[in-house]
Amino acid sequence: MEPVRHVVGRALPLARADVDTDQIIPSHWLKRLGRTGYAAGLFEAWRRDPGFVMNDARYDGASILLAGANFGSGSSREHAVWALREAGFRAVIAPRFADIFKSNALANGLVPVELAEAIVTRLVDAVRADPATEIAVDVEQRLVTAPGLRAPFALDDHARSRLLAGLDDIAVTLLREADITAYEKKRPEWLPKVR
Amino acid sequence: MGSTLSQKVWERHVVRRAEGEPDLLYVDLHLVHEVTSPQAFEGLRLARRRLRRPELTLATMDHNVPTNDAAPEEISARQIEAMAQNAREFGIRCFPMGDPDQGIVHVISPQLGLTQPGMTIVCGDSHTSTHGALGALAWGIGTSEIEHVLATQTIWQKRPGAMAVSVNGALPPECSAKDVILGIIARIGTAGGAGTVIEYRGSTIRALSLEGRMTICNMSIEAGARAGIVAPDEVTFAWLAGRPYAPKGPLWELALDEWRALPSDDDARFDREVTIDATTLRPYVTWGTNPAQSVTIDERVPSPDTFGADANREAAARALRYQELRPGTPVREIAVDAVFIGSCTNARLEDLRTASEVVRGRRVKPGLRALVVPGSMRVKADAEREGLDRIFREAGFEWREAGCSMCLGMNPDVLRPGERCASTSNRNFEGRQGPGGRTHLVSPAVAAATAIAGHFALPSDL
Repeated sequence: MEPVRHVVGRALPLARADVDTDQIIPSHWLKRLGRTGYAAGLFEAWRRDPGFVMNDARYDGASILLAGANFGSGSSREHAVWALREAGFRAVIAPRFADIFKSNALANGLVPVELAEAIVTRLVDAVRADPATEIAVDVEQRLVTAPGLRAPFALDDHARSRLLAGLDDIAVTLLREADITAYEKKRPEWLPKVR
Repeated sequence: MGSTLSQKVWERHVVRRAEGEPDLLYVDLHLVHEVTSPQAFEGLRLARRRLRRPELTLATMDHNVPTNDAAPEEISARQIEAMAQNAREFGIRCFPMGDPDQGIVHVISPQLGLTQPGMTIVCGDSHTSTHGALGALAWGIGTSEIEHVLATQTIWQKRPGAMAVSVNGALPPECSAKDVILGIIARIGTAGGAGTVIEYRGSTIRALSLEGRMTICNMSIEAGARAGIVAPDEVTFAWLAGRPYAPKGPLWELALDEWRALPSDDDARFDREVTIDATTLRPYVTWGTNPAQSVTIDERVPSPDTFGADANREAAARALRYQELRPGTPVREIAVDAVFIGSCTNARLEDLRTASEVVRGRRVKPGLRALVVPGSMRVKADAEREGLDRIFREAGFEWREAGCSMCLGMNPDVLRPGERCASTSNRNFEGRQGPGGRTHLVSPAVAAATAIAGHFALPSDL
């Protein structure tokens, strides 16, 4: 994973609540074996509607998605995050994320930024008024800035350091292998083994 | 202060805890299926890593397997073959298509006795919460986390909150576990359980079979929770005893002692508590495109104007447009094109028995497509031993092989655009059962009655 310190760019005002991962990437895209080739599936059904915000050329090249509450609910498919990344998004700003989506985002360097609903609405209004509005997400300072707006956001230290360092979780965990082995020695013997 | 059930299970699995870090938890059982795992195995290969504990890992194929006698579509076949190949290469036990133990991953693990109280279980599938019905702490993970668990048998997790949902009283006639969970989600909303493990408690839950408890825990994710859990009791122990992977002899006694100490302490504190009077429940039907958008079968499709906040009103209006429903329409007057009885929510033997009782000696409404897809090949075999397949077939249902099927439309079992379906599955999202398809979530009894009537109905309406 590449380190992520800042995401600076224009934003796409999706502004819908309860966007589930079936909408972000429909299930027929999940038959692929790799981590790439998902961009064309992003919001596939909604993109068929010419009025859908992604079809508005003024938002082309946006790197930040402005979403409603409970973004990424439903299926655990990491493909949703891969599709967003591949389509050029580096951060999603929403009042709240579904848990699994959030862990998947963090594992792929897509910054999940939780801000109060009123602030997200202000950002949406600003971007709708002027699609060229630039928004900056500073991972190090945990701060979102836009013209006339500075909003700190919560991101725990662990998640922040992983984003900043672009760490491979497995390598980090394997440094703790002695702890894992010690734990395994005291596991009760009735626990099932699949054979 | 005492601990809750989920806190006890959590604490018993902490491998490492340090300030400023999530906990590193040990995973007792890792379930793997063909759709979300190929990229994880590829990651292992690229980094030249092996599985830490292949014997704590079980694989099957469920999401995109065909459930009739057709061969898998070519693209699905590649994923199915990749699962078999990865299982061979990394030394994982796999129940492939055609195996008597194949089935939906959340149906086969409890059935084999692999899911046990007090365990931690993960799977690259959000409905892993199902296993909480046996008192296990079980949750869905993404593909990067799958790779991490394969390599380390552990997972980094932030401690969740504890939420109690207590359901008390006798369930009214024609109400089932499905109506309990749809009723809960209708009340607390799609994010009502966000950041928590929901413990389902109370006399209604205690009176449910283990299968009913699985239906409830299954849909915890639809309430936004990380997991759902039910305290193990005599119902749990009776279900487990004698199953292939359940402990035997003296180990069974040891395990029982441990399991009996798991329920939440009397003085345990929950971060949030919700109480529901089961006697007020009725069979539910979802009208919208998220599982909280539901009414009882006696009601009418609501008007968006009855939703307070702007965002909710807009969401309801959008959902009604997608579903092509008019406010004020009585639910019983909504006609359907298809009925799907299946999924990890409602495709166990009890569900099939309930549905078969409703359709016995009756005929599916002409022109309506009705499918029964057993949750596993064992469920299918058990049902056939009882003659349920004959009852369904004679009524005009298709009787299929095990798999996820029309729950998520990854195999050829999909709705055509515009088709409306009464489904016993867990999600009514736009296009979930096929692009343009319209899903209404219901219980097995309502699904069966609806197949006969051609519109939403209770068995007693027939």
